Amino acid sequence: MTAPVNPKKLIKGAEHDWEVVIGMEIHAQVTSRSKLFSGASTEFGAEPNDHVSLVDAAMPGMLPVINEECVAQAVRTGLGLKARINHRSVFDRKNYFYPDLPQGYQISQYKDPIVGEGEVVVDLLDGESITVGIERLHLEQDAGKSLHDQNPTQSFVDLNRSGVALMEIVSQPDLRSSEEARAYMTKLRTILRYLGTCDGDMEKGSLRADVNVSVRRPGQPLGTRCEIKNVNSIRFIGQAIESEARRQIAIIEDGGTISQETRLYDPAKGETRSMRSKEEAHDYRYFPDPDLLPLEFDQAYVDALAEGLPELPDAKKARFVADFGLSAYDANVLVAERASADYYEAVARGRDGKAAANWVINELFGRLNKEGIGIDATPVSADQLGRIIDLIGEGVISGKIAKDLFEIVWTEGGDPRAVVEARGMKQVTDTGAIEAAVDDIIAKNHDKVQQAKEKPTLLGWFVGQTMKATGGKANPAAVNALLKSKLGIE
Amino acid sequence: MSVDEKTVRRIAHLARIAVAEDEVAPLQGELNAILAFVEQLGAVDVTGVEAMTSVTPMAMKKRKDVVTDGGRAVDVVANAPETEDHYFLVPKVVE
Amino acid sequence: MTDLNELSLAEARDGLKAKTFSAREIAQAHIAALEKARVLNAYLLETPDRALTMADASDAKIAKGDAGPLEGLPLGIKDLFCTEGVVTTAGSRILETFEPHYESAVSANLWRDGAVMLGKLNLDEFAMGSSNETSAYGDVISPWRRQENGVLSDAKIVPGGSSGGSAAAVAAHLCLGATATDTGGSIRQPAAFTGTVGIKPTYGRVSRWGTVAFASSLDQAGPIARTVRDCAILLGSMAGPDARDTTCVDLPVPDFEDAVSRGVKGLTIGIPKEYRVEGMPAEIQKLWDDGAAWLKDAGATIREISLPHTKLALPAYYIVAPAEASSNLARYDGVRYGLRVPGKDIAAMYENTRAAGFGREVKRRIMIGTYVLSAGYYDAYYVRAQKIRTLIKRDFEEAYAAGVDAILTPATPSAAFGIGEKASADPVEMYLNDVFTVTVNMAGLPGIAVPAGLDGQGLPLGLQLIGRPFDEETLFATAEVIERAAGRTVLPKAWW
Ligand SMILES: [Mg+2]
Ligand SMILES: [Zn+2]
Repeated sequence: MTAPVNPKKLIKGAEHDWEVVIGMEIHAQVTSRSKLFSGASTEFGAEPNDHVSLVDAAMPGMLPVINEECVAQAVRTGLGLKARINHRSVFDRKNYFYPDLPQGYQISQYKDPIVGEGEVVVDLLDGESITVGIERLHLEQDAGKSLHDQNPTQSFVDLNRSGVALMEIVSQPDLRSSEEARAYMTKLRTILRYLGTCDGDMEKGSLRADVNVSVRRPGQPLGTRCEIKNVNSIRFIGQAIESEARRQIAIIEDGGTISQETRLYDPAKGETRSMRSKEEAHDYRYFPDPDLLPLEFDQAYVDALAEGLPELPDAKKARFVADFGLSAYDANVLVAERASADYYEAVARGRDGKAAANWVINELFGRLNKEGIGIDATPVSADQLGRIIDLIGEGVISGKIAKDLFEIVWTEGGDPRAVVEARGMKQVTDTGAIEAAVDDIIAKNHDKVQQAKEKPTLLGWFVGQTMKATGGKANPAAVNALLKSKLGIE
Repeated sequence: MSVDEKTVRRIAHLARIAVAEDEVAPLQGELNAILAFVEQLGAVDVTGVEAMTSVTPMAMKKRKDVVTDGGRAVDVVANAPETEDHYFLVPKVVE
Repeated sequence: MTDLNELSLAEARDGLKAKTFSAREIAQAHIAALEKARVLNAYLLETPDRALTMADASDAKIAKGDAGPLEGLPLGIKDLFCTEGVVTTAGSRILETFEPHYESAVSANLWRDGAVMLGKLNLDEFAMGSSNETSAYGDVISPWRRQENGVLSDAKIVPGGSSGGSAAAVAAHLCLGATATDTGGSIRQPAAFTGTVGIKPTYGRVSRWGTVAFASSLDQAGPIARTVRDCAILLGSMAGPDARDTTCVDLPVPDFEDAVSRGVKGLTIGIPKEYRVEGMPAEIQKLWDDGAAWLKDAGATIREISLPHTKLALPAYYIVAPAEASSNLARYDGVRYGLRVPGKDIAAMYENTRAAGFGREVKRRIMIGTYVLSAGYYDAYYVRAQKIRTLIKRDFEEAYAAGVDAILTPATPSAAFGIGEKASADPVEMYLNDVFTVTVNMAGLPGIAVPAGLDGQGLPLGLQLIGRPFDEETLFATAEVIERAAGRTVLPKAWW
């Protein structure tokens, strides 16, 4: 909140420039086999009420028993967010009535969450980075699902999600633009996926954001905020913030005031709207859940979990820059997914790091994107790509041939060296053969030979012709040397 | 502290209990009798006293992360007033 | 020979073992008895077929020499314990047709040990009450009647509550023993009102899994039976660790029956002066003095102690218990089970369902609980009450640390009253019934009520013993001394 105002991030209203202030509450589904307080499965896509225990359905006399893995996952996440881990936390009941809330309360953590303050460093596109404060992380139960369009007069309730563990990660209001908000969400998702504590699958609802948006004139106190509930894609987060900020600016510039409320983002209309059902002021009557004791553990427990943590994206990025000589930008791209980073490292090990990065980012990622598949499904293994790069380094193939080779390995597979051998893709280093081709081109292009003496840049044209004539297999260094001497270019 | 009729209605709504007009006044009287009775707690000095969270001091028992339940939708909806295809049916909810 | 249903549970057990009679015979005796006693309204549901099937299975086991500790013993189950395939109402309209697909931990333990189910026992709605007049299914009538000038009065007497059906059924010989629950005195007060024995074990001794919750941090199940020994036998089966209840301790269950005859020699019994409340009837005071004298005669040391925060327990209870209840009872919303009353929208459906499904006392407590937890009042009421709870518990800890082994108090401030006598507009008048018992729940301690005499009108009076956490054994030993000294209460002859 005290960060200096960045003029680039201000939104132009009709009269003034406005600063948008954003805080996010992100609900991340904990990766676990069973639910937070019951033994029912968390698996997605089951038949209605099939992944429901009598505890999840809040049958009379049913009691919650906590899943130790969910606790461990929350601690791991807290460690990944460089946050304070609270050795004693308390589960509270948040009381309200809703058909997909079977107990009539959600078990959550209110006053004493399992994780306290932390921070996330977020890299932006322009190379700048910001630090976003984490206020807290707490464990809570997910609600069930109500389907409203099956029937004109009734809603259908399915409790399969009811009781699945969520981590609610609350940020400080440290974000100042939709871009920052999207980058923060992206970074948080990366961290969670590295940790293996949330799969980050936004389509399945594993990650949802409540976005708090307010606007103010730079330097003024915080404005009244509106909470946009349950935004379920990174793109929509950006759109929702933009439209909500503009809505608020328009109201204020019109002489109106913002009323604090809960809103929903409608992607079809590209605007937010007030949520009718949440209109009435809530009184959640939080109190410690008497069915559960306080959650307590010691530092040794935390230390053991810390020991098992993987290298996180920030550390990995720093290492890639230091050890492989990568640019911060390339390193960022490579560490965005743990699988990509692992792939890259396997390719780069014992090879030129920059060359490996070029191949992975430009060729491999480009091709994967084109096909719309993830790194896990790549047909070219890190080992295969590494061999292709080796063949270039050894001078066996040229960079250009290597691209053809990559394409062959992508579609047909096989050991790159054997493919080169079998298809005669080897680079021609025999100067006799190259010389014959060069002589032939010189003989046919007397005019150009003359021009080349005045204009040495024409060398490139001769190189191209020679490569063409040799089917791209001529060693470019040899071609260059021969042409220079024959054309008399220094 | 005591409650007025408006508060009685507000609490009843929070608790999702319909209260008829002629029930409000008697309820108000009963609630105020209870509140008057508990009023004496206000006089106790509780500075430095920790609020009780669990009457038996012990570590919370935890479960292993294994799937031990589910696959019993029939049991889950067996007592429901209205169901279809193992869904619970409720009057339409407007969001 | 006495009728089979008039035996004590221990006598019945021994008779079955000796094959003096069969499980079927003892089940039949009870079925016949409860058919004749329907006017008492102790049973909400009789399950004679199930009883006979279970009895036959027990006879087969006994024949094979394979009998469990409770093999063939017919019991009544308070209708707060969920029983698989048998409607469980909690005494409420809102659960009128609810048929659980699961068995409570307590009842499952009893069936595991061979007990036979006679049916489901009436209770105050959701265990909220001290007279069994809040049940949606009618009042329970005590088998006891007042004597006026040597003549039995026709006036109906309450059995106490909330376990009124349990206490009445035990006192009227409609079962050998019954399950019960105690949140503020709901085992001990009805036991005292009916001349029976009831123990509320230490919080965490018995699993709460499958028992309809009233106030989670206070609820504990226990038995009501006709003798201290019978209670010890039943608690031994009901108690035990349960991974499904986080608040249930992983302690082995001692041989409670073994403790019954231990005596009190060398024990120090505390008499808390704060229980000598203003206006205490002389006969209650005398009963209390008698109790102390009996224990002294049996070798115990009697010591006056102070539990200074005693008088705060009841008001604090009437914040904590309704607060928890308001949340625990939110699940009765007409969606997944139980009553549904339609409305114009979902909110109206909730409100209509809960208005029609809950009785007056339950609604009252839900509303008080909702109020004390609501924004702006939480700290002043709930947090403060929980702090006072800490003080109450500390009082007991200090007494025990100073060498007291158990504490003797009256169980109730009076004998049972007549049905409708306390139906005044002020609910607090009824709440005062629990003034001696509620401290024990607030501190999570074990407490036992044991009959110790009759009042001037011939109604039973009980004494209460309060123990150290998880020391129910001392309570059984001490209660047995009182039981013996007072002479076994002669239960009423059937007038029904
Ligand atoms: Mg939130
Ligand atoms: Zn949340």
